[in-house]
Amino acid sequence: MSICLHILSASLTYKKAVAATFENLNLTLPAGSVTCLLGPSGCGKTSLLRLIAGLIDIEHSQFADIRCSDDQPLNQRFAYMAQQDLLLPWLNVVDNICLKERLLKGKISHSGREAALDLLRQLDLCSIADALPEQLSGGMRQRVALARTLMQDTPVVLMDEPFSSLDAVNRYKLQDLSSVVLEDRTVLLITHDPQEALRLSDQLFIFDDQNKLINFPLPRSATPRAVNAELGEYQQKILDQLRVQHA
Amino acid sequence: MLKSPLSSLPLIQLWRLIVTSTVLLLFWQGIVVYFEMPPFILPSPMLVFEKLIANYQLLFEHSLVTISEIVLGLILGVSMGLLFALQMLLFKPLRAWLLPVLITSQAIPVFALAPVLMLWFGYGMTSKVVMAALIIFFPITTTCFDGLRHTPIGYLDLAHTMGANKWRQLWHIRLPAALPTLASGIRVAAVVAPIGAVIGEWVGSSAGLGYLMLQSNARMQIADMFAALFILALFSISLYYLTDFLLKRLIPWHLEQKGH
Repeated sequence: MSICLHILSASLTYKKAVAATFENLNLTLPAGSVTCLLGPSGCGKTSLLRLIAGLIDIEHSQFADIRCSDDQPLNQRFAYMAQQDLLLPWLNVVDNICLKERLLKGKISHSGREAALDLLRQLDLCSIADALPEQLSGGMRQRVALARTLMQDTPVVLMDEPFSSLDAVNRYKLQDLSSVVLEDRTVLLITHDPQEALRLSDQLFIFDDQNKLINFPLPRSATPRAVNAELGEYQQKILDQLRVQHA
Repeated sequence: MLKSPLSSLPLIQLWRLIVTSTVLLLFWQGIVVYFEMPPFILPSPMLVFEKLIANYQLLFEHSLVTISEIVLGLILGVSMGLLFALQMLLFKPLRAWLLPVLITSQAIPVFALAPVLMLWFGYGMTSKVVMAALIIFFPITTTCFDGLRHTPIGYLDLAHTMGANKWRQLWHIRLPAALPTLASGIRVAAVVAPIGAVIGEWVGSSAGLGYLMLQSNARMQIADMFAALFILALFSISLYYLTDFLLKRLIPWHLEQKGH
């Protein structure tokens, strides 16, 4: 079910902006693998993801030719996971996980609820099925957000710095977890954290200052990679490259 | 990280209320005794209490009228405000036209409209209900509009990527997200609505606590007037706390306005 995604000549110029945020970007997301976009804040990586997700307001000048390997339009065949967990505070955990069904059909079916509970069991979140988001810690909340993303059961997942608001331990744990549960999905991950990019990606691009994407070679080991000396060297290389751009 | 859903807060509040009222009553009695106030200027709390007991039948009947006016006014005002806010949200071109109307509705002192309302709606309950509704219309509309407009953008993005249309977004995201803001509007309305109803009764009526107060005042039965005033105050306070309690039970969540 996994599909490959081609994004061709993506361009975006914000209204009132002097220059284009990016122009003529081409990006291929191989089926069932994690593609990571790394760059400093404000480089346009989040804008690219929002463009693919159709979240850029029509008042801005934008273009992107998005092609799926199965020749069907992308439409709603992707799930979006943001930096904030975006759990609705008036819904309990199960209702939050089933949000898509609630939004599209008005109510949650019995089978949908059962599937959500199965998923919670899988993520070890059974005990909080009826809790409200405000009763949960940050790490828990982002895990529920991950569950909601999985529940959408889409071939493509777009992630915009999903772990950046977590503490180091929770971030590490969630990276491991998502690497396992998102195994056969086509993932686009936006991050500004070199370590996160190195741990999770099968393909890594660095957004450079001309707003071009530079492919960065990765270690051969399987994801999620452990933080070891080899990873440290790669991390140093990335930091050097980013620093040159910053200068 | 689990927080207990209900604390002992209402009990503490009740206790504070009792202490405050006792102190105020003692202060009142002290002034009457110390300055030797004649009962037609300031009756003692005891005298007012006696009147409360003696006239309870009369007070009860008139209270019912005033309370119905306030509650109906609240319902009418809140639903009007909600509808008005929804219109402004959903039909953007209308907003520019409706906003001046809204401001004008607040710029004209509603009290000045009271005689006109009497003329249009008669001396019965209708004019008072309209009066109470008008006086809360502005705070309800503005809080409701603010709440609806400031839905955290991330929620809407998420709903958009899930393919929800405008109406589903309104019903499942915008409206619930606006409820905490709307609730503070309703709290204000619960305090202000009684003022509207009583002003209406003063301008012209044949029943209600405001009517009773005017009648007693004209006959120099100041203790009776205070009895009516006491009932009115008691009802307004209870209405506020009841509203507050219900809103906290129904809308226990808070919106975290972080990011974007």
